[in-house]
Amino acid sequence: MKTKRIDKTFEELKQKKEKALVGFLSAGDPDLNTSLKIIESMCAAGLDIIELGIPFSDPTADGPVIQRSSARALKKGITIKTVLEMTRKIRTYSDIPIILFSYYNPIHSYGAKAFYNDSVSSGADGVLVVDLPPEESDEMTSKWPGNELALIRLIAPTTPIERMKKIAQESSGFLYLVSKTGVTGSAGLDTQEVTVNSRLLGSITNLPICVGFGISEPEDVRKIAPDVDGIVVGSAFERIIEENLNNPNLDQILGEKVSKLKAATKL
Amino acid sequence: MNSLINKESLTDGFAPLKTIACPDSNGHFGIYGGRYVGETLMPAILELEEAYNRITPQEKFKKELNDLLELYTGRPTPLFHAKRLSEHLKGASIYLKREDLAHTGAHKINNTLGQALLAKWMGKKKVIAETGAGQHGVATATAAALFGMECKIFMGTEDIKRQAPNVLRMELLGAQVVPVESGTGTLKDAMNEAMRYWVGAVVDTFYIIGSVAGPHPYPMMVRDFQKIIGIEARKQIMDLAGRLPDLLIACVGGGSNAMGLFFPFIDDPVEMTGVEAAGKGISSGKHAATLGEGSVGVLHGSKSYVLQDKNGQIIEAHSISAGLDYPGVGPEHALFKDIKRANYVSIDDNQALDAFKKLCMLEGIIPALESSHAIAYAMQQAPRMNKDSIIIVNLSGRGDKDLGIVSTIFK
Ligand SMILES: Cc1ncc(COP(=O)(O)O)c(C=O)c1O
Repeated sequence: MKTKRIDKTFEELKQKKEKALVGFLSAGDPDLNTSLKIIESMCAAGLDIIELGIPFSDPTADGPVIQRSSARALKKGITIKTVLEMTRKIRTYSDIPIILFSYYNPIHSYGAKAFYNDSVSSGADGVLVVDLPPEESDEMTSKWPGNELALIRLIAPTTPIERMKKIAQESSGFLYLVSKTGVTGSAGLDTQEVTVNSRLLGSITNLPICVGFGISEPEDVRKIAPDVDGIVVGSAFERIIEENLNNPNLDQILGEKVSKLKAATKL
Repeated sequence: MNSLINKESLTDGFAPLKTIACPDSNGHFGIYGGRYVGETLMPAILELEEAYNRITPQEKFKKELNDLLELYTGRPTPLFHAKRLSEHLKGASIYLKREDLAHTGAHKINNTLGQALLAKWMGKKKVIAETGAGQHGVATATAAALFGMECKIFMGTEDIKRQAPNVLRMELLGAQVVPVESGTGTLKDAMNEAMRYWVGAVVDTFYIIGSVAGPHPYPMMVRDFQKIIGIEARKQIMDLAGRLPDLLIACVGGGSNAMGLFFPFIDDPVEMTGVEAAGKGISSGKHAATLGEGSVGVLHGSKSYVLQDKNGQIIEAHSISAGLDYPGVGPEHALFKDIKRANYVSIDDNQALDAFKKLCMLEGIIPALESSHAIAYAMQQAPRMNKDSIIIVNLSGRGDKDLGIVSTIFK
């Protein structure tokens, strides 16, 4: 698969001896315009990769913070179409890799082929479908008419090593290592466990590894960064959004959070 | 009454039936079923499938389960000829498969004993479950108490209100009932939360899913634990009437009591009808007729029919009966619908309440509101069939849990 923007980002970061800061946001939370402003501010503050969450009514892999953010976006009428329009807008000012993050049902409903075509033409680089394991993903990718969209796969702490190898072989772009057995935003991050799992995964793949779930503070980032290629932060951003729903400086606050986290990715 | 069915027939519960083409090795029933879960859960459901295939065919396991079904649950449950109801309707003879007489008052116990025993064999000491009507929660809490397991039940806050007696029962049985506030506080939301909890606890916790829904191997496993209903009913009707029935009727929430009754008859010339909840009426949009009004989608780990909007967002279901109030349905029913092996209809809240009253007055049986949907459809069909015809209705549960709802309506 062609994953030009993703590959380029990781290469450049390597030269600069930095790790990628990957930001997850529920697209359109708290509303379309604010969301676009937030994204612009986060990009300007040094975000390396963005994951745009397509909201879903029944997000079973997400903790309460992202559940609520998804519900707010849905209330504002955000759909795949809106998220693709947002992607197009981001492309007018940035080459940042954009990963669409979704549950399978909205994509199934949109149609796998149309989803591929519209994602590529709007400038998205990859898609991560959280409830579509390798066992089922052929039904989606077999309908893709090209190979310009990376399918980002998850590796969990529960994934046995043989399965890890198989998943890694079929992947492109980067691998997303789930930091702990739990839904997004769970407390109790064990950075040592993450390090062990990252090194294990690193020993069987050449793909970049990004770690996420439950990472919120620069100290965590600093501890995990040496053993991975990127760090994903989601619930921590969404928590800030939720706490500042009517704050006109929301975009600035998130930009500042990105700067702090980004600084911690520089070795 | 126990002589209606001989003992070794209970062992048939796991004997291969003629037609076991489904699911395929990846858990697909045609285009339905499958395993649509996050990576964290994948190893656990693969492990479960392996354990299910390895453990449940063993004689020792079968004997342990059959003994429980007989001596603890009280199986076989009777097949009762509802003569006064049949006479009243002036048509087909109606027989009731009395799952309401199984221990804990519904068919759900067949499945929870099977899964909890499997959990025990796998060395798991903690179980969780979702529940709507509370019957699956009670049956899980019961099995957990019997095996000395720690038990958590996820239940929507609306259901906690409308099925209060079952909440108390679960607590008495030592289970922790976790209230779920999200969505409409009903079965779908309880299942969402159970799945989330499982993601965090998957290493040592067994998730006992309560219907023929969820990712593979659940739809197959729950069907196999529930098919004892149909195996018994088939023998019993042959003994009582000397022939196969013309029509099987069962209510469909996720579809476990229906599949349990239907499956052993799939190779027979017998019609099958699943009854979904039409809630306040199909045209009101407030219903739970997933097969009737839904479209193909993915919810709670499998592909099947779901109630969804044009963007693939799940729509809330509605029914007076908490056990049918669910916007999804088991994948094997989706296949049965498509290949026309079964027929799916719907019955609204008022029709179910009428049937509830009729069964109380004519037969001295207080049915669950879920089962009342099946009775209501039998009441529509029986008069259209001739007197020699036979209908078997799955009386999936008893109605004690519903007295609160019913008393406010009948006042
Ligand atoms: C008595 C009874 N019947 C039916 C159902 C519906 O479930 P299923 O369709 O899986 O049989 C329930 C669910 O709670 C129930 O309690």
